[in-house]
Amino acid sequence: MYDVAIIGAGVVGGMITRELSRYNLRIVLLEKENDVAMGATKANSAIVHAGFDAKEGSLKAKLNVRGSEMMELVANELGVKYKRNGSLVIGFGDDDRETIKVLYERGIKNGVRDLAILDQEELRRLEPNIGKNATCALHAPTGAIICPYELTVASIGNAMDNGAELKLNFPVTAIERNNGAYEITSVNKTITAKYIVNAAGVYSDAIARMVGDDSFTVHPRRGEYILLDKECGNLVSHTIFRTPSKMGKGILVSPTVDGNLLTGPTSVDIEDKSDRSTTAGGFAHVIKETAENVEGVPFGKTITSFCGLRAVGSTGDFIITSPLRGFVNAAGIESPGLSAAPAIAEYIVDILRESGLALHENKDFNPIRRPMHHFIEASIEEKNEIIAKDRTYGKIVCRCETVTEGEILEAIRTNPKPRDLDGVKRRTRAQMGRCQGGFCSPRIVELLARELGIAYEDVTKFGGKSRLNYGRTKGDK
Amino acid sequence: MTDLVIIGGGPAGMSAAIAAYESGIRDILILERDSRLGGILGQCIHNGFGLHRFGEELTGPEYAWRYEEKVRAMNIPFKLGTMVLDINENKVITATNEDDGIFQIEAKAIILAMGCRERSKGALNIAGTRPAGIYSAGTAQKFVNIEGYMPGKNVVILGSGDIGLIMARRMTLEGAKVHAVCELMPYSGGLARNIEQCLNDFGIPLKLSHTVVEIHGKERLEGVTIAKVDENRRPIAETREYIPCDTLLLSVGLIPENELSKSAGVALDRVTSGAIVDQDRQTNIEGVYACGNVLHVHDLVDYVSEEAEIAGKSAAAYIKGEKCDAVSVDIKTDGRIRYTVPQKITQDKDISVYFRVSDVFRNVTVAVYKNGEKVFSKKRPKVAPGEMESIKLSKNIFAGASELEFRLEQN
Ligand SMILES: Cc1cc2nc3c(=O)[nH]c(=O)nc-3n(C[C@H](O)[C@H](O)[C@H](O)COP(=O)(O)OP(=O)(O)OC[C@H]3O[C@@H](n4cnc5c(N)ncnc54)[C@H](O)[C@@H]3O)c2cc1C
Repeated sequence: MYDVAIIGAGVVGGMITRELSRYNLRIVLLEKENDVAMGATKANSAIVHAGFDAKEGSLKAKLNVRGSEMMELVANELGVKYKRNGSLVIGFGDDDRETIKVLYERGIKNGVRDLAILDQEELRRLEPNIGKNATCALHAPTGAIICPYELTVASIGNAMDNGAELKLNFPVTAIERNNGAYEITSVNKTITAKYIVNAAGVYSDAIARMVGDDSFTVHPRRGEYILLDKECGNLVSHTIFRTPSKMGKGILVSPTVDGNLLTGPTSVDIEDKSDRSTTAGGFAHVIKETAENVEGVPFGKTITSFCGLRAVGSTGDFIITSPLRGFVNAAGIESPGLSAAPAIAEYIVDILRESGLALHENKDFNPIRRPMHHFIEASIEEKNEIIAKDRTYGKIVCRCETVTEGEILEAIRTNPKPRDLDGVKRRTRAQMGRCQGGFCSPRIVELLARELGIAYEDVTKFGGKSRLNYGRTKGDK
Repeated sequence: MTDLVIIGGGPAGMSAAIAAYESGIRDILILERDSRLGGILGQCIHNGFGLHRFGEELTGPEYAWRYEEKVRAMNIPFKLGTMVLDINENKVITATNEDDGIFQIEAKAIILAMGCRERSKGALNIAGTRPAGIYSAGTAQKFVNIEGYMPGKNVVILGSGDIGLIMARRMTLEGAKVHAVCELMPYSGGLARNIEQCLNDFGIPLKLSHTVVEIHGKERLEGVTIAKVDENRRPIAETREYIPCDTLLLSVGLIPENELSKSAGVALDRVTSGAIVDQDRQTNIEGVYACGNVLHVHDLVDYVSEEAEIAGKSAAAYIKGEKCDAVSVDIKTDGRIRYTVPQKITQDKDISVYFRVSDVFRNVTVAVYKNGEKVFSKKRPKVAPGEMESIKLSKNIFAGASELEFRLEQN
């Protein structure tokens, strides 16, 4: 019997699991996919918002500002890249200037530090490539960028190192309450837990319904992105937002912590919660608005495009509730959910405590995790010491991102262990560069097969039926 | 200090090394990231290599072996499994491998011979899902020819570059069904002989002016939607057609891999994406040369070897401090001729100039103008972007030249 089962290994479930691993508890994190961070957490804008967006007094506002303040420490402990690059909300004329003033006032009320309104000249001084027609901006120096799946992998890995369990390929299909505990069923397995946290993202309404809570719904809203080569990562240094309007928040342009340039997202309500396809219209929209925001973004240098689904809750705010004893929802966690995640975790742990979960400090809890990128950031001398002990760190597998075999093997052997090509990609950046795995993916398949002890042709791209090969060629049969 | 460091041990790097050796240079080092010499030829097990050089049809590995044998016989040193991480302006090379760790070498001369990579799907922004089953043609070639695994059974190929054409045949021979090769342009970028031998001989349709507009399938690819494109290369909605398939191979262009060249400060040509070089294949940095697919994408390895020999000889002359009469003139092109290699002439020598055209043209004359006056012309019945052209120019053409222009004129 587990003390707590967390459903959903996104950034929210991941941060909650880590927060709970500070205590002497039996914890299990349940995830339907073959890896962690496969939902909204995999594909979003990667911005740690300063906190001027959400309506004053809302949970979104409160948890965003708090989360954003916690994030730097969390990132440091977990060895996750984090950069406080500052955000700019740019305006194109008088209407936008009015809106920017409203955002400024709201930010102040929400407790966001150091906000300032800039005129055209000041804006251009900060960002020389900004769109010619931008006339003013809100500057939020506390805005930051982070890698959302790196944060999630690291928080779950850290929780596991501190005793938490992770069950992948465990889609929760039913929950029964029995003798004061919950029986949680997946395809043909059942586990029991005293407490449940529902962090199932876009599916969190379905999970709530399993215990009879139909007080809210969650629907998917598509957001498409185009990611550009590292050559373009210096076009802007801040995250550039447009002034929100009736048409939505618009397309942003931002450097990423890895040095690429990210543009997007679109915003279109859809029906199918599993439909993560991109559209030609979406690309056209991203390209057009980006050109207004920043001059000279070379879309010929596109590396990839992708789509994330926002989990839009029916209440307009984060839905953090406890509809019945021992069951807590973390639902409708749309933006700024990534920014708020550390604060959401704290908040949920408080709710669990109030509902009777005994929290005894885990004396052995270690908040520190070795950075996944420790090798790449080492000096040449340090690298050579590592290579002298383990030759595989001298051998480059992914040439575009210069990732060594040693780093790939280390990732494969580190919690939470990746079991597929995309999992290795998210942990090491191998296959994430300009050739998109063209050269290195066969080698990574080989390493995965060997380390997992499975057949070459059973290695998948991301679990399920996403196989890469169909058996041997004629001569090799 | 090493006299000559060659980056890349493919056909270009090996030919350059041999030429430098034959010109008397002994202190040579080839750095190769793969675990063997030969570069991409190792996975090109089809024949058709070496017709020009050896008058024989060799497979890729056989062609590569002819050079590797010589490299070994000459005892030219090479390091395998060695990736160059950086080259700086002072010709200091930083590299890494399992035995030496990260190390640095200072070179008197460097030859860049890193080859090219395939353009990836990402760059195309195809709408739809992101399932398994989408590979660049070269990756599929590696799975099939090197690893011995079949990446799919029902295949559509986007792009009619040579590797795509070769893989259409290879997958068919391995029992897969290749449903179509879609090419965005109204002509193929591949060699005519490959279209004949790899598609026509197997009844595989080549759909010109077609592209893939959508990808279907959540886990493994389930199908693609293709469509015809108009003259602006925009898909025509009414022509959309769904083809069920589990594999999409991309052969949509090759890009010279010049990240290292950039770090060394080598100036690149926007058209070729390779270095701007003179007749010696010397870049803007004295003592740094480039040859093979890192310089511009070749269709035939025979020309790679030829080019690399020029680079190897020139690097040897540079190391020995030899000089010859200098001129200095840039070659201009008219757009119908997209580019030339070399892009500039700095010495008085007889040379061959290689170039590609921007479209298919029939009954044309390649004309060279010196200071506005036509000084050379050669008739060609047909030229196409997929086939590299070359002309030989004798050195008297350059005498007194302040301007040279290559034009393609209709007869
Ligand atoms: C386009 C877009 C842009 C965004 N930009 C930002 C931003 O810049 N800054 C910011 O702060 N926030 C942003 N967000 C919001 C942020 O991404 C989310 O709030 C956050 O990732 C939500 O995390 P989660 O863990 O709640 O959900 P998810 O990451 O979706 O995780 C839910 C997990 O639950 C699993 N699951 C579902 N059902 C079951 C089941 N039955 N059994 C087991 N497991 C199940 C899923 O597989 C998934 O792994 C953005 C979101 C989107 C979509």
